[in-house]
Amino acid sequence: MTQSFPALGLIVLFPALGLLFNLFWGQRAGRPAVSFVAPAMIFLSFAVALWGLARLLALPAGSALGFTLWRWIEAGPFHADIALRFDALSAVMTLVVTGVGAVIHVYSVGYMADDEDYARYFTYMNLFELAMLVLVLADNLLLMFIGWEGVGLCSYLLIAFWYGNPQFAYSGRKAFIVNRIGDAGFILGILVIVGALAANGVWTLTFAGMHAHAVLLRPVAVSAGLLLFLGATGKSAQIPLYVWLPDAMVGPTPVSALIHAATMVTAGVYMIARLNFLFTLGPEAMRVVAIIGALTSFFAATVAIVQSDIKRVLAYSTISQIGYMMLGVGVGAFAAGIFHLMTHAFFKGLLFLCAGSVIHALGGEQDMNRMGGLRHKLPTTWVTMLVATLAISGVPPFAGFFSKDLILESAYTSGHIWLWLLGVITAGLTAFYMFRLLFMTFHGQSRVAPDTAHHVHESPPVMTIPLIVLAVLSAVGGLVGLPNGVLWGDAFKRFLAPVVEGTAARALTHPETIGAVGAILSAIAIAAALIGITLAWVLYLRNPDLPETLAERMRGLYRIVARKYYVDEIYDLIITRPLFWGSTYVLQRGVDSLVIDGIVDGTGFTVEESGEGLRKLETGNVQHYAFVYLLGVLMIAAYYIYLVMR
Amino acid sequence: MTTPIGYFMALSAVLFAIGVAGMLIRRNVIVMFMSIELMLNAVNLAFVALGRRVGSMDGQVIVFFVMTVAAAEAAVGLAIIISLFRSRETLNADELNLLRW
Amino acid sequence: MPLWLFTFLAVIAIVGAFGVILQRSPVHCLLALALTLVDVGVLFVGLGAVTLGFLQIIIYVGAIMVLFLFVIWLLNLQSEAKPNGHLALKFFGSIGAAALAAELSVFFFSAQPISRVTSTPSGYGSVEDLARMLFSDYLVAFEVTSILLLAALAGAIALARRVPGAALLRAPAEIQRAARPGSTVR
Repeated sequence: MTQSFPALGLIVLFPALGLLFNLFWGQRAGRPAVSFVAPAMIFLSFAVALWGLARLLALPAGSALGFTLWRWIEAGPFHADIALRFDALSAVMTLVVTGVGAVIHVYSVGYMADDEDYARYFTYMNLFELAMLVLVLADNLLLMFIGWEGVGLCSYLLIAFWYGNPQFAYSGRKAFIVNRIGDAGFILGILVIVGALAANGVWTLTFAGMHAHAVLLRPVAVSAGLLLFLGATGKSAQIPLYVWLPDAMVGPTPVSALIHAATMVTAGVYMIARLNFLFTLGPEAMRVVAIIGALTSFFAATVAIVQSDIKRVLAYSTISQIGYMMLGVGVGAFAAGIFHLMTHAFFKGLLFLCAGSVIHALGGEQDMNRMGGLRHKLPTTWVTMLVATLAISGVPPFAGFFSKDLILESAYTSGHIWLWLLGVITAGLTAFYMFRLLFMTFHGQSRVAPDTAHHVHESPPVMTIPLIVLAVLSAVGGLVGLPNGVLWGDAFKRFLAPVVEGTAARALTHPETIGAVGAILSAIAIAAALIGITLAWVLYLRNPDLPETLAERMRGLYRIVARKYYVDEIYDLIITRPLFWGSTYVLQRGVDSLVIDGIVDGTGFTVEESGEGLRKLETGNVQHYAFVYLLGVLMIAAYYIYLVMR
Repeated sequence: MTTPIGYFMALSAVLFAIGVAGMLIRRNVIVMFMSIELMLNAVNLAFVALGRRVGSMDGQVIVFFVMTVAAAEAAVGLAIIISLFRSRETLNADELNLLRW
Repeated sequence: MPLWLFTFLAVIAIVGAFGVILQRSPVHCLLALALTLVDVGVLFVGLGAVTLGFLQIIIYVGAIMVLFLFVIWLLNLQSEAKPNGHLALKFFGSIGAAALAAELSVFFFSAQPISRVTSTPSGYGSVEDLARMLFSDYLVAFEVTSILLLAALAGAIALARRVPGAALLRAPAEIQRAARPGSTVR
């Protein structure tokens, strides 16, 4: 049942107010004001979200809080409202978005302190929070799409924040355009859904409404699911539309943390979880989701192990981890996917913030080959980063272990053995490249350039406190989803169950794992992680020269992987160049110049020429005029004669 | 041996046509003007004849007014011709073609 | 009116009309026109419009034609030179005029049968009758026409006026000789 909760509007209102304030008065009000207002607004939203959660927990399971702001579209039988829905799923998402968002806003105050466009930065950040909250709180598919587009816009604005650099601007454009391709799929998916529903007289796009009439969607479940998933691959950076994410690292690091790790890129996962009733009706679509998720996960991990830019490693890591989430929802474990989404927000956000701290301390250096031995100079950063790295590697009892484990277990028990295996290998790779990153950055000999080594110092508290907060969450955040039978058990999953497990979903669930099998699976996963860690230790701490030797031996393979399998180049060749060629030669020269200009110029030309011709009629000779007059009279007279004759 | 009214009308038509021809044929503007007067008179004849046929005075009254207007028109037209001649030194219609394109 | 009289007058009228359009010298054209107009005046009288006929001769021939004559003299118009170009116009113009005549004749002869001239009330065409009509049924037109004449008077004077002090007193020959490209009347 849905209870009305007007305060939901506040969750969305606060970022909007922050946005307006920063937009119009940000410059004038000065840094202190902006530094206070922008994060404060997000904290307020977080507080309201907590209040909402408390309210929600008091209601019976499966309830939701709702609030309609106004009626937006009214077209015959169809209508769509600007309305918010706060159920278990959106509660989790909202808390993550506002909680981690608020923390990152505070961090940004420190990180962007030296930047000129301070107010503009926070304007965009608040705008992003607004759009993301609209996305997760929307109660109908159209409003969610508005939020979807909005976060895409903010992503573009923030990636190309330092737009003076043409390369950065290019990255922003690339992100937006690749996203757009996905969005086209999203729109087509919406249309397919509308078509299926409308053919049976159902005119609604609210999630509740669609769920109620889910049976009508069965014939289009696969096509709609695949189209919507295409949108998800764009937003969530999966194969084939992930290419924008590594380039997006040119934006400020807090942006990478918030948008490209914790929130925006997870929107695709949220969308699939939200529409679980649709996807479960189309098992083929779900299989595609799972396969792509697993493949992306593995593929991105392989690229990450040879990157030297610290943010690039994290970018590919994000792609890889989202692959896990997709794998989770693809096999029907929606709650597991969302669980990993939450823990990932904690540790990946933390990883990016730590990286930012390092970059900030080194005055902008991002190449790990010029780092090393920073452990003692940046102690807080090191500790928190260690926690995050352990979390992402899946080492218990840190957060990542529980969520990743749940996903792998679901993959196994639903019969996708190969996908499970791929996931385990990827877990090993993940541990490897993450510890590689840690060791190269903080341990071993210092390879820092001498002139920057002088002023390497720990970050100010405004930056380190958010690190600590996120580290705590990365440590204990996973404890809400313990395996069955341990302490309070699967609390997270039970919380989400009414939303993400409808009757159809339940048909897909896999039997709860029996104790022994579950334990063995977990053990295998942990073993993989430990192998990865050990390997990293060997290669980067024991024998630091070994990696180079290995790279030399496998030069060809190394180069392919280091160049990200040349995917960008392939895309450029197959897609971008033909498009440009077509646009230039066919459309611009052909259609535009010949046809359109031809019509326009031709019209003018015709008028001109006919005017030239017609003006010859004006001879200036009165008698000519009189003659024509006479002709007219003759014709009229003839007409009258004709009448008289009849 | 009275003449049918139709004959009068026919004569009027012929005179009118001759006036039209003169208008189109001659070069001299004054002669063109005279052709116009010829046309007007042809019409006057037609009016009077028809009035006689119907037996009312209306035809004659109309002719009266036509005559008056023709006089006014002749005066003004000739004044224009005079000023034309003064500025252009010619009354040949071929050379009075400022309205040409 | 007897048919023979009509025929006679009609022939004179047509001959005069052709004279108007075919003569070389403007003065000759004018004389032909005067002949035609007098003829038409006689036809008016024959049709019973006595007043009108005399008015025609007095006003039209006596005033308007004289006016024409004055202008011809004032401008010292010479005869036209030999017939010049525009043969196409002349040819088609003549044909067009002939066609017009033909069409109109068709009208008049193919419409209702036109009977003989009927009898008219006494006093038809007299000054009295004409005046009565003018001052009762057509009073407004009458008054407006007087204003029209006034306007024509003023217009004619304004148009034909010269800039003061100019060659109004010059002999006509001198007017023709002097090249005055910029002399506008106003």
